[in-house]
Amino acid sequence: MTPLAISAFTLTTALGAGRAATLDALRAQRSGLAPVTFMGLPLPTWVGEVAGVDATRLPQPLAEFDCRNNRLAWWGLQQDGFLGAVAVARARWGAGRVAVFLGTSTSGLLQTELAYRRRTSDGSLPADFHYGPTQNTYSVADFAMHALQLQGPSWVVSTACSSSAKVFGTAARMIAAGLVDAAVVGGVDSLCLSTLYGFNSLELLSDEICRPWDAARKGLSIGEAAAFALVERASEAPQGWLLGIGETNDGYHMSTPHPEGAGAIAAMRGALADAGLQAADIDYINLHGTATPTNDTAEDAAVNSVFGSSTPCSSTKGATGHTLGAAGAVEALIALLAIQHGVMPAGLNVQQRDAALQLNYLQHNQAAGVRRVLSNSFGFGGSNASLVLGGVG
Amino acid sequence: MNELRVWVQGIGLLGPGLNSWPSALEVLRGGQPHANVPTVLPLPSRLPPAERRRAGSAVKLAMAVADEAVTQAQFDPGTLATVFASSSGEGANCHALCDTLASATPVVSPTRFTNSVHNASSGAWHIAVASRAPSTSLCAFDGSFGAGLIEATISVCLTGRPVLLVASDSPYPEPLNTARPLPDHFGVALLLTPAATERSLSALTLRLSSSPAVATPLREASLETLRHALPAAAVLPLLVAIAQGAAQRHMALGYLPAMGLLVDVEPVV
Repeated sequence: MTPLAISAFTLTTALGAGRAATLDALRAQRSGLAPVTFMGLPLPTWVGEVAGVDATRLPQPLAEFDCRNNRLAWWGLQQDGFLGAVAVARARWGAGRVAVFLGTSTSGLLQTELAYRRRTSDGSLPADFHYGPTQNTYSVADFAMHALQLQGPSWVVSTACSSSAKVFGTAARMIAAGLVDAAVVGGVDSLCLSTLYGFNSLELLSDEICRPWDAARKGLSIGEAAAFALVERASEAPQGWLLGIGETNDGYHMSTPHPEGAGAIAAMRGALADAGLQAADIDYINLHGTATPTNDTAEDAAVNSVFGSSTPCSSTKGATGHTLGAAGAVEALIALLAIQHGVMPAGLNVQQRDAALQLNYLQHNQAAGVRRVLSNSFGFGGSNASLVLGGVG
Repeated sequence: MNELRVWVQGIGLLGPGLNSWPSALEVLRGGQPHANVPTVLPLPSRLPPAERRRAGSAVKLAMAVADEAVTQAQFDPGTLATVFASSSGEGANCHALCDTLASATPVVSPTRFTNSVHNASSGAWHIAVASRAPSTSLCAFDGSFGAGLIEATISVCLTGRPVLLVASDSPYPEPLNTARPLPDHFGVALLLTPAATERSLSALTLRLSSSPAVATPLREASLETLRHALPAAAVLPLLVAIAQGAAQRHMALGYLPAMGLLVDVEPVV
């Protein structure tokens, strides 16, 4: 692909709101995970809750979009001067030439879960429940279109945990096809009952902090996040570049990765080919690394078969939690921070490294020149996406 | 890229009173009145038995139209990239999860949770046809068909490879049905190719329009009602033009409130 300029970016996770807070936490090797207090749920698990979501209020004209997911989106959009950067792009290209493509898995579903608890005596939902602007999968992109005053093409990609990696590909294609000149891409996913109880029912939640690449890893810790990037046909001051993307399917099982990671291997090879790069050109790999026994084993084998075992790599989910539909964008933007600040972030919470895993998994931050990063995102339904990101100069 | 032009090589269709592409032709041509008979979903025969048992309505619907399109086009689905567009996914599943989660001690079914992802249909299809080709799953509320058609078309034009577009919607049970009334199941699949073949039915050329044109209305009132009621039925003006074999320029399909989608339809002789 033609490299795509990333003109602005911001991310808000359990590590904090915005880039500086994220970078501070990564440098301090500090996790944002804590035992769950969200809604007082009686689940034995840890979560990465974002501080400040509950206190966020949407602008009054957008009140009908009010739900946890859109509050998180609005909180995230206000960081790092992102609103200003989009305003400049809107003036430069025109509101109809700037697209919005966001990834989410559950959107504002919490709003519906709560509305079901308030059903009236005849079983109907309360009158203040608005399906379209909250529950519908598109609601977060619709909200962002209104909040950013954009009128370009827009949709949500919802392919579970690869969603917000894939939107980078969507934007690249739309710009290459000449339909738009710029796009706001990213992902927003917020804590809700379906995902917490759902992953619990699949016995994929860890009852302690998640520990990717640990011999005794027990599963994931769920997080929430809002991550946004502005990509443009041309940029005067790019923050970084999208160099390539590979998208594949496993065609194997709805919720279990292919044991040898066949689809993941094809996604990574596809991303390298799209970028015109060799495996040796990648300095650091941000792994999907969910800390489920099966994911880490399959991903270790898959990465090893494409890169060998020497490329430094880590999963940052021990810091942020698994932010599901937002994870692809969060980790792509952590990759940009790694490139900009010359730090490969450690994979946290490892007590006893799994000796069966082969990769060069970083247990401590490593200061180094980082030119290019590959970031993996894999999801339910067998959906795989790998991104290659590069620095400026 | 100068022109976003693709060819339709296969069509799958399933909705109220529209049981397949060939059986719907006379209705779409105006030779027969449209009867609003409830949609009947076939069992997804391509799925392995375990997945077939777990398949909900949304998966059955998407599989049925996808299957019809690739069979009619005589196309090997094993290497075919796909785009799935839906306004809402599996409504019955969503209701069951929310109902369970409203109880004091929720016990969630792992199968229901797994199948609650918006890309459940994509996952099931790629398992059924053992395909590792790229796939995406989209939503743009009432504009979901338009979003899918744009994504599928640019993918065909940029990669030079065919793409199967599947757009489908299934109803919610109450109480969600009142909040989001979708009266029945409606699904369509279009197999799009980068060049004309001997099996091509029609050529489509796409443009975006920043002045949202009112979607081209349908002459048959019953089909027009369907077009308004179900997001995936936004395809109907396109199917009518293809069925009638008439060239049509600047056909407006519904997409977003502030953005229209214009299509030129040319029959392949």
